[in-house]
Amino acid sequence: MLKVSGLTKIFGGLRAVDNASLEVPEGRIVALIGPNGAGKTTLFACIAGFLPLNGGRVEFQGEDITGLPVHKIARRGMVRTFQITQPFAKLSVLENIAVGSHQQFAHRADALSHARDIAQQVGMTHQLDQPAAELTVAGRKRLELARTLATSPKLLLLDEVMAGLNPQEILEIIGIIRKIRDSGVTILLIEHVMHAVMSLSDHIHVLSYGKIIAQGKPQDIVSNHAVIEAYLGRGAAEQMAQENVHA
Amino acid sequence: MNALSSRQSWFLHGGLLAIALIFPFVFNSPFAVNFGVLALFYAFIGQSWNIAGGFAGQLSFGHVAFFGVGAYASTIVQMRYGFSPWMGLPASALAGAVIGGVIAALSFRAGLKGSYFALITLAFAEVLRIIANSVEITGGGLGMLIPMKQTLANFQFSERIGFYFVILALTVVSVVLAIWLKNCRFGARLAAIRENEDAALALGINVFAEKIKIMMLSGAIGGVGGCFFAQYFLYIDPSIVFGVDKSVEMLLVSMIGGAGTVYGPLIGAVLLAGLSEYTRTVTSVQGLSLVLYGTLLVIIIAFLPNGLIDLFRRRKKLSAPAQSVLTKSTSRES
Amino acid sequence: MDLSIIGAATINGLLMGGIYTLVASGLTLIYGVLHIINFAHGSLLMLAMFGVYYLLMKLGIDPYLSLIIMVPAMYVLGFYLYRFLIGKLSSGKDENILLITLGLSILIENLALMFFKGDSRTISLSYTDKMIEVGPSLVALPKLISFAAAMVLCALLGLLITRTDTGKAIRAVAKERMGARLVGIDVERVFAISFGIGLATLGAAACLLMPIFYVSPTTGHVFVMVAFTVVVLGGMGSFMGAVIGGLIVGLTESFGGLFLGESLGQIGISLIFILILLFRPSGLFGAKQ
Repeated sequence: MLKVSGLTKIFGGLRAVDNASLEVPEGRIVALIGPNGAGKTTLFACIAGFLPLNGGRVEFQGEDITGLPVHKIARRGMVRTFQITQPFAKLSVLENIAVGSHQQFAHRADALSHARDIAQQVGMTHQLDQPAAELTVAGRKRLELARTLATSPKLLLLDEVMAGLNPQEILEIIGIIRKIRDSGVTILLIEHVMHAVMSLSDHIHVLSYGKIIAQGKPQDIVSNHAVIEAYLGRGAAEQMAQENVHA
Repeated sequence: MNALSSRQSWFLHGGLLAIALIFPFVFNSPFAVNFGVLALFYAFIGQSWNIAGGFAGQLSFGHVAFFGVGAYASTIVQMRYGFSPWMGLPASALAGAVIGGVIAALSFRAGLKGSYFALITLAFAEVLRIIANSVEITGGGLGMLIPMKQTLANFQFSERIGFYFVILALTVVSVVLAIWLKNCRFGARLAAIRENEDAALALGINVFAEKIKIMMLSGAIGGVGGCFFAQYFLYIDPSIVFGVDKSVEMLLVSMIGGAGTVYGPLIGAVLLAGLSEYTRTVTSVQGLSLVLYGTLLVIIIAFLPNGLIDLFRRRKKLSAPAQSVLTKSTSRES
Repeated sequence: MDLSIIGAATINGLLMGGIYTLVASGLTLIYGVLHIINFAHGSLLMLAMFGVYYLLMKLGIDPYLSLIIMVPAMYVLGFYLYRFLIGKLSSGKDENILLITLGLSILIENLALMFFKGDSRTISLSYTDKMIEVGPSLVALPKLISFAAAMVLCALLGLLITRTDTGKAIRAVAKERMGARLVGIDVERVFAISFGIGLATLGAAACLLMPIFYVSPTTGHVFVMVAFTVVVLGGMGSFMGAVIGGLIVGLTESFGGLFLGESLGQIGISLIFILILLFRPSGLFGAKQ
């Protein structure tokens, strides 16, 4: 569904993303992980059209979408959430979600009714009339998810949708994400909560200093030397390698 | 947002309309009718500002640009080309819409927002004023005089009450438009744009196109306001119809009444017209009403950012401090 | 076109430009430090000009001498205006401040209208009509004096900002507000001082403008546009930019009047403002944002 080839993004002298390539097959959940500052959100922003690329291509459903404006990409079915949530603060939860619904439904009443359904899917039915500004972090994350879901997307780019959630909330969101996938939506997510990544993903890409340093199934990534080194440093990686040899 | 049922809503609107309809008959002194015309006029042009500034969050300091081109378009069409003065209505709407579109396209293409957008609209209005002051077709600094011929066909009325009903009809249209905006997809998108442009983009909204559309609509309404003004006073010149004062009035009326609401401009307009007429009769000192109004603006922004309409709303909770429809999450603390 | 006419236009443009620089430097200081777009800048200048007018009319004080009174007076006004009004109301949203300063300007303008009535005032002194030969043209003496004074004052302001401790604090706050706070600078006080200095420049400009211009309650409108254009031309917050910007605006006004006539000539300033915002919003010298 999504194919990123050789994507490069340069800010002044810094290569935020360096020749990154990844593929997201239809109907799968793919994770993008990596230490802080690796360039994950920048990569998302490039894919979704918020930042112009310095090199590479993005293909969505077989078509080259590189350089298309953000709203056109969103209308084709690829929608992203933001790491720092961006609610429509003065609007109610229902009105927020309805903005997403309006992509498919021109009629206000239809959009509102669709928004109610979406709210139920993510468990926000009792908060429909609350102004978005009054939500907790968890609520905002959920709203962000609901809003993008309301656009009936084909591919969802979720940027750290679990950051700031407590274990109970994380568990709930994992369930919601799975249900979304089951309904036919493909998902590419950035996440730091490892156990969620492990349990959800079919495939993982690891980004470090802008480069994809590893990719594969969850269990392969966990024991990958380069990945451990990226997260924990060379010393720790060596140590773990030695322990494995002795084990 | 308002906890009114549909039936209550119809009742309220019907009641307001009925009051407006019988007002000039119940209070039929020239003073009262003039007040009525003034209040409705401000409400109408205020609504023009409101749908761009309040609904879509595009604050403008130069809305008089649309008013002025409308006034001149309608007067020129009548005086220089001999059309029926009623043609001034579509002419002014078209002129306002075109100017709105041009200003919007240029400004938004350049990515101007917030205060920069407000200031550039001021500059555009000023450019138009200077042009109007300098070219022949507008009569330059001398302005344009419409000969008095008070017949219906000539869009002039011997009794002021005629104008009252015209401006009432226009105001009703503007209110209906605002209500429609509140309940349609276009309006929902504008609200999204006002709150957070990036998020709106990410949800598939063509922010640029929608902003241009609303500026054109706003321009059209402003233009029609100019047309009415010309017919009511029968004289226009650049300083009157392109002067900063009108921009300020259009903005004030909405902000004080309640930007982003349907009735905000009406509340603000009644207040401004009331203050204006009252101070005019009580004292010959010029400018008092605006002193009061300016003070009111500062107070409102500081303490009642949603406008006076907050006094009419039932307070749901006393939790977070009120934040204006126009304030975004970007703070000066960067 | 006669060379002497062009020469005259150039000189006049530069002279007025010097004064515009002074007016704009206050605005650019306020923006650079407080990030406030002070829409009341024009009407505050008008107020100061009325002050100069009445100092002459009631107390017989020459406008150039009243610099000694007006500059400190406007500083104090600015300082406390910030302390008690603007500082309290500017709860951090950009557009709110703009609207508040707009409200303030409406207030000031209409108070002036109430108390001073709408007519324009000019002053006439023994030297207001004296002409001096400068190169190929004749220039009004007060214009020369005002220009020189404006340049001196701008230089003094520059020294204040670069050489004094207060100036250092101001620059620190302008560059990095949080950091300044962390090293112990009283940021609110710096804001008030900066606003005060901003208004003090208006007090000075008023003294320099009265001999060569006129004042009426609506004079503010004219100067707002001029000041804003100078500031965006030079780059918001750039002092050198305000100098160059002022001269360019002065020249534009002068040549605009020469080539386009009195009415259309005014269009130059607004056009510059529009073009800069559309194509180079960071101005000629400002930092790219």
